[in-house]
Order: sequence, then C-alpha cells, then structure tokens
Amino acid sequence: MDILYKVFVEPFLFMGEAPDLLIQTLWEGLVSGVLYALIALGFVLIFKASGVFNFAQGIMVVFAALILVGLYEKGVPAFLALILAAVAMLVLAIVVERVVLRPLVNQPDIILFMATFGLTYFLIGFGELIFGGNPREMITDALLLPQGTTELDAFGGSIRLQHLDIAAAIIASIMIGILAVFFSKTRIGRALRAVADSHKAALSVGISLNQIWVIVWFAAGLVALVAGIMWGARSGVSFSLQIIALKALPVLILGGFTSIPGAIIGGLIIGVGEKLGEFYWGPLVGGGIETWLAYVIALLFLLYRPQGLFGEKIIERI
Amino acid sequence: MLYREAGQFKTNYVSDSAIFPLRQDRIGLGLIILAAYALAFLGNSFLLQAVMIPFLVFSLASIGLNILTGYTGLLSLGTGAFMGVGAYACYKLMTAFPDVNVIIWIFVSGFFSAAIGALFGLPSLRIKGFYLAVATLAAQFFLQWCFIRIPWLVNYNVSGALDAPLRTLFGIPIMGPNATPQTRYLLVLTIVIVLTWLASNLVHGRIGRMWIAIRDMDLAAELMGIRPLQTKLLAFAVSSYYCGVAGALLVFMWYGGAEYDVFNINQSFFILFMVIIGGLGSLIGSFFGAALIFILPIVLGIVLPAVLSPFGISVGSDVIEHLRFMIVGALIIFFLIVEPHGLARLWQIGKQKLLVWPFPY
Repeated sequence: MDILYKVFVEPFLFMGEAPDLLIQTLWEGLVSGVLYALIALGFVLIFKASGVFNFAQGIMVVFAALILVGLYEKGVPAFLALILAAVAMLVLAIVVERVVLRPLVNQPDIILFMATFGLTYFLIGFGELIFGGNPREMITDALLLPQGTTELDAFGGSIRLQHLDIAAAIIASIMIGILAVFFSKTRIGRALRAVADSHKAALSVGISLNQIWVIVWFAAGLVALVAGIMWGARSGVSFSLQIIALKALPVLILGGFTSIPGAIIGGLIIGVGEKLGEFYWGPLVGGGIETWLAYVIALLFLLYRPQGLFGEKIIERI
Repeated sequence: MLYREAGQFKTNYVSDSAIFPLRQDRIGLGLIILAAYALAFLGNSFLLQAVMIPFLVFSLASIGLNILTGYTGLLSLGTGAFMGVGAYACYKLMTAFPDVNVIIWIFVSGFFSAAIGALFGLPSLRIKGFYLAVATLAAQFFLQWCFIRIPWLVNYNVSGALDAPLRTLFGIPIMGPNATPQTRYLLVLTIVIVLTWLASNLVHGRIGRMWIAIRDMDLAAELMGIRPLQTKLLAFAVSSYYCGVAGALLVFMWYGGAEYDVFNINQSFFILFMVIIGGLGSLIGSFFGAALIFILPIVLGIVLPAVLSPFGISVGSDVIEHLRFMIVGALIIFFLIVEPHGLARLWQIGKQKLLVWPFPY
C-alpha cells in the first residue's frame, strides 16, 4: 500500500501544495517539447517526401550549428554566417540527393535507413576534421538572441522564465507556421504532398522527384540549423548534441511519421511528460529516468494506435 | 576448374536438401574451420586478442540480430542491451555459483536475455516497421538504466564495473587476467561454431521457414496457420539468446571487464551495420559484415598513415581517426549502392560465376 500511495497519491498532493513548482515544470516541459518537435519536424519532412527515415538529422543539426559558429569565429559577421550556413545545407542537400538517394531509388526502406547511417558517420568525420572535436559556445549575442531571466510572482511562489526559452518557443512556432503555409499554399508544397502520396503518380504528372528531394532535404537542413542554434544556445555546440536525434524518435512515434501537427503535439506531450515524470516520480526510483521515460510513454500510446496519434491508418491487404 | 558440380549425383532426399550440396563447399568449410583452429597456434597474441576474438564475438551477435531482423523481418535497436543482459546474468551466476564450470554459465546466461528479449518483443504483435524499432529502443534505454541504477547486478561493487574472475577448465585458466589470448580464442571459436551450427539448423528447418513466412507477409502467414505471436516471440527469444551469449563473451573473453557503457545504443547500431552490410537473412553474411565493419577500421588505422606519409603529409592520430570515420561512412554508402543485398549476395554471385568459369555461357 505504501508504494501505491507514493506512486499514485503523493506526487499529486505535492502538485497541489506547490502550484508554482508545477507551473515551472510544465513550462520547462513545454519548451523542451517545442525543441523536440523542431527536430522531429526535420525527420517528418524527409520521411513524408521520400520515405527515408533520416538518421542523419541529428548530425545535420550539429553540422549546421558548427558551420555557423566556425564561420563567426573566422570573422564573418553573424548574419552573413547564418546565410552561409543555410547555403552549406543547400549544398549538402544537393550532394546527398546526387550521391546517396539517386542510386538507391526503389530500394527497401531499411537500406535507405542504413545509407543515412553511412552519411552520419561521414559527417561526423568530416565535421571533426574541419572544426575539431572541441565543444563551442553558440553565438547568442551576435544573433541578437535575448538572455537573462524574468521572475514572475504567481501561485504563492515565483516562476523563472528564461528569455532564451521564450525566444526559442516563438521562433520554433514561426518556423512551423511558415512550413505549414509553405506546404499547403505554394506550388512546391503541393508537389511535395503529391510525392508523399505516391511517387509514381507524382512522376506521371510531371513532378521531378529529384528536385523535390533536394527541396525537402534543404528544408530539413534549415530546420536543423534553427534547431542547432536553439539547442546550441542551451547546451553548447558539440558532437554529443547529435544524440538529441534519439530524443526525437519517441516524438515521431507518438505523432506518426507522416504528420507535421503530430510532430508538434507529440513533442509537447513528450516534453511535458518527461519533465513531470522526472520531477515527481523520478526520485522514487533513483532519478535519471528521463533517458527512457519518453520511449515508454510513446510505447503506451502505440499499443492503442500502432500508427501513432496522427499517422495514416495502416491498411493491410494480401 | 576444381569447383564443378559435375558428377555429384543425389540419390536420396537427405543429400538433395543438404545445406552444402557441393562436395567442394563441404571441403572448403572444413578447411576454413581447420585454418581457424590452426590460427590459434600460428597467430600472434595481438592478432588473436585485438582482431579474431572480437570478430567472432561480433559475428555471433550479428547472427542473433540477423535471426530477428533478417529472417523474421523485425527491426530491433536493442541488441546492445540484450547483450548486456547476458553479460550481467553471466556475472551474477558466476559469482553466485563459483564451483560450476563457467562455460555452462555462459550458455545459461543466454536464457536470461532470451526471457527479457521475449518480454520486450511482446509489442511486436501490434507494432511494425520503424515503429517497432523505437519500441526496442525503449528496451535499450530502460535496460541500460537498470545496469547503472541496480547495484545488485554488480554485487554492490563500488566501481560499478564487471570484472572477469579467474576460472579454469581442466586446470588451464580460461577466464580472468591469467588466461592467454590463445585459450580464450579457442574457447570463443568453439562456442561460435557450435552456436552457428545450431542457428543454421534452426533457420533451414521448420522454425526458420515460419520466420521467413512471417517476414515476407505476416498476414498471409497467419492465414496459412502460422501463429504470429508464438513465432515472433520465439524469434525474439532465440535472437536475444545469441546476443546474450555474445555479450557474455564480449565482456569476459575479450575485454576482461567492462562497465554498462559497453552496451550503449552505439553497440546496437554497430551490430545492425554488420547485419545489413553482410546481408539480411544470411548466416555467412553475418561473418562478412562483422569482418568488414570491425576489421576495416583497424586496417585503415594501420594503412592510412603508411599511405599518407610518402606524400610528405604527416598527420596526427586525431586526423586519422576522423578520416577513418569518413571512409567507413563512405564505404557503407558505396557497398549499399553496389550491392544492397549485402556481401552475402556478392559471395553467392562469385560462387555462381566460379561454377561456370571460364566459359560463362
């Protein structure tokens, strides 16, 4: 009984006693949720358009951030460096399409998945060769990102809001909004949705698959650049940052691989669930449960909806 | 000229359905096994310790994952953790019952990881494809967390590390700091041969056909009377058994001691590399994959400085390390483009070509 009380009653009592802590935890969960969503978005873009589960998204985040910081350190103005980093992601998209995707067209999913692994290895080696393996500071000041904190007095306590977190949430929302408009209103966006529906049908009405792939990889590269700036500002730019790609996987699962709103809502659920779990239930088992809690949450959702919350319904025929 | 099937007639069904129908293949296999044993007496200890033992261990783990991913079509990213379960189970058994021979415990420890693997395989009935891969990632992270957080697993050892105690067989040390690479190599080789032979019988028999039917189309297999739950769980259990034994061998026969960090997510990916590069659904492919992925970086580490130095480029070891990453990555992509079905397919094609050489028409 004691253990049941500790698991099911005590955390909720604690939440009621200290609402400011609860709000603080929820806020932190939402912010990290938005950032997870940003990374998951890069996966979804590529998966929708080419059916490739792009494992290299994590290293693309690191790579984009490193180019930005590396150029700035060489004396390039911050915003020019930002543009150059975007250009570098475009070059990467073109090269990946030429060298990796085009020869592997029509291969099983797992082979393409594997190829993005090869890409990950290559980019790790390449990035370290050029920029060295030392962690760096993200250039928050030069990019005019706000710093500092605001203390709000509410709920009988105070809530700390990092300005950087607020900026991250706003920028991520704008980014997601732009992508949504891009996909639903523009010509390229429509072509992209056509490709997502059926490669063959899209080809038959004259949509160039190769061009679409370059565009989605470039879009994913831009998302990676933004994610790199935001994560880099929080925890520094280093190659260990690429493991956040693994953090994005449960988000993807939860939302479904093919849904952009799914990625966002999945990100928020995972972010909030993770922070709440770690803060209120983590101490019961000795802490550190953040590493696997997200996966367990995703797994529980999956048992009810095997295609994720917003994924397309899986129809199987013989 | 020597590799011909002419003149070898099958007179009964047993010989017709043999795994190696060609006499030359059987002789070749015998020679390879003989050479592998001879290597223990001819090779130096660097070769045995740094190349051959890990190569065999990784081959065994690849066979395990290949049973799950290649034969049954269930993608798993939890291989590292299942290897870890085997290693920790072996450690607990060895230290709790020091009188029983350690070889028995190595084989028994696989059953623990088989049980854990079957448990985490339960969602596979409902979840498929990449979604399942993430479900197995839950196993990976949860089990790794257990390895860190449960001190009972390492007998409340302060360092939190597994270490290989001294154990003997017929008075010869086979485990621990006193065991020579030679004896450990012979032991690992024997275990790998026995388990590979068992796996070969499994995948070529009724169970293997059930797995392949599930892989090719699970709905159709179910309609034909193959029970998906049992078949998938059996695949998870057998696969995890192999991984568990490989994990125990990895720690106690190769490293001689290890921390939880050995069984991290990168280990899982590493084994998956081997399986895919070697060839999904091929036992010999597992060996090829392990050889390429494990030995290639070692060879590159030796060859690269030798190649670069004549051009007057003397590079630091860190640059070599980065180049190694780049070359391995590029080679993975290259091999996938050249032959998406893996090295095992190249081997098949080579044998076919050899059969009709020199008049291929």
